[in-house]
Amino acid sequence: MIDEPVQRLDEGALRALVPRVLAGLVRRGEDFDAAEDALQEALLEALRVWPEHPPRDPRAWLTTVATRRLVDARRSEAARQRREETSSAEPPPPAATEEGDDTLFLLFCCCHPDLAPASQVALTLRAVGGLTTREIADAFYVPEATMAQRISRAKRTLRGRRLDQPGDLAVVLRVLYLVYTAGHAGRVDLAREAIRLARQLTLATEEPEARGLLALMLLNHARLPARLDSEGRIVTLDQQDRGRWDTREIAEGVRVLQSALAMRTEERRPGRYQVEAAIAALHDDAASAEETDWPQILAWYDDLVALTDDPVRQDPAAVLGRAVAVGHVLGAPAGLRETDRLRDVIGERHRWHAVRGHLHELDGELPAAASAYAEAARRATNVAERDYLVRQAARTRAARA
Amino acid sequence: MPKYLLLKHYRGGPEPHHPFPPMDQWAPEDVEAHMAFQRHVSELLEENGEYVDARALTPARTWVRYGGPEAAPVTTDGPHPETSDLIAGWYMIDVESHERALEVAAYVSSEPGPAGEPLYEWIDVREVMSAAPSED
Repeated sequence: MIDEPVQRLDEGALRALVPRVLAGLVRRGEDFDAAEDALQEALLEALRVWPEHPPRDPRAWLTTVATRRLVDARRSEAARQRREETSSAEPPPPAATEEGDDTLFLLFCCCHPDLAPASQVALTLRAVGGLTTREIADAFYVPEATMAQRISRAKRTLRGRRLDQPGDLAVVLRVLYLVYTAGHAGRVDLAREAIRLARQLTLATEEPEARGLLALMLLNHARLPARLDSEGRIVTLDQQDRGRWDTREIAEGVRVLQSALAMRTEERRPGRYQVEAAIAALHDDAASAEETDWPQILAWYDDLVALTDDPVRQDPAAVLGRAVAVGHVLGAPAGLRETDRLRDVIGERHRWHAVRGHLHELDGELPAAASAYAEAARRATNVAERDYLVRQAARTRAARA
Repeated sequence: MPKYLLLKHYRGGPEPHHPFPPMDQWAPEDVEAHMAFQRHVSELLEENGEYVDARALTPARTWVRYGGPEAAPVTTDGPHPETSDLIAGWYMIDVESHERALEVAAYVSSEPGPAGEPLYEWIDVREVMSAAPSED
């Protein structure tokens, strides 16, 4: 190790420190906006300097450098001091707070309801995920300056807001889910990042829905290795090579889900993430597509749509997913009737047509399937999905000949 | 070096070399060959150091204009919504010359279609205005 001129930097460990240091600064009374900016600069410097000069105490290093930046910024700004400057040379000792508390506190800050979802996501990834602005910009395919501005504006919105009240956990869960579904692009695997943050969240709160979300992510992520073939083409669940699924992730997902469901009572029914995780677990449990326990899946979908008063309008995705289960349990015509209920709400979306194509094909109605897949392809908003749908349309059209 | 957009159109443009049905009506193996060729073009451009961007557009379009003071924006499908020119997507390339841009566009146009025959698709080549000061 001593022979190497540049040491390998443990970026994961560095990123994990960011929320802890930030929480420490904010709890000490520093302004969230200024502290987060100062810490981002300290992070960039750490990425430059640490490979060759690793610090003895990484957390103290970040705190000291960020504090120095804050002091410099206050001096040059010549603005009214928000608080007395500390005269001690040493950074204050870390507050006796759990790592989970820091995460939860910052998540509530970043997922403030006054922020738009895109801003909540960006701020969470920076302040809690410890990603650089550039990494976040990469992940969302926007220029770095655009992402920097989005984060800056988000923090300006938060200025003056009280950040010490607990927020709405449901918003935090939704933001983490958005991070997960953004997938992976560039150098950052957002799916893994979401799982990491969701894990931290389960340390900070007993709420079963937090575990439900983590379980859902794990059970979904486990199938990722089978999702694309060697040419990068989408392979849907019913066609996937299940030998490629990550059995460790499935096992962990099932464990986490069970610990959440163990907490349910008559008054406290499982929330949406637990229900979706239960459905994912049933899929992951089937050794082959044919062995899928569709009646159990349908029962869980019944629970899912029961979570809202008007599921057709409030949760059309759940109604559509249930229609697939109905098709497998009660026959394709029944499933198609379920999709008819959604025509006015999502009839112009590609997924509605794609599900109908799948149900027609289930019933052996290949011309109708081909037509539905073609309609779906025309409405796709993602290249890989469009290509997949064109292939299905061509395949079912040719098969009938 | 100048940048060019090589634009594909869903419809519009010069009279097609020969009519061909929408891709969802091709034989599956012809669909695969076409998509493989698209991947190959991107890889080739990347290898050559000419690749800048490649995008596809959804076929839905809305024309919008300012509605006036205090008025909502005005939207329309536009004239002849079934036959009017509609961009499907593009390659953006950074190349030595206009000639090279045409060469790449012609290659894209040779993409295989039904029965593996080249599509001879008309590709729309446009120069992107440069950020740098012009040399002449």
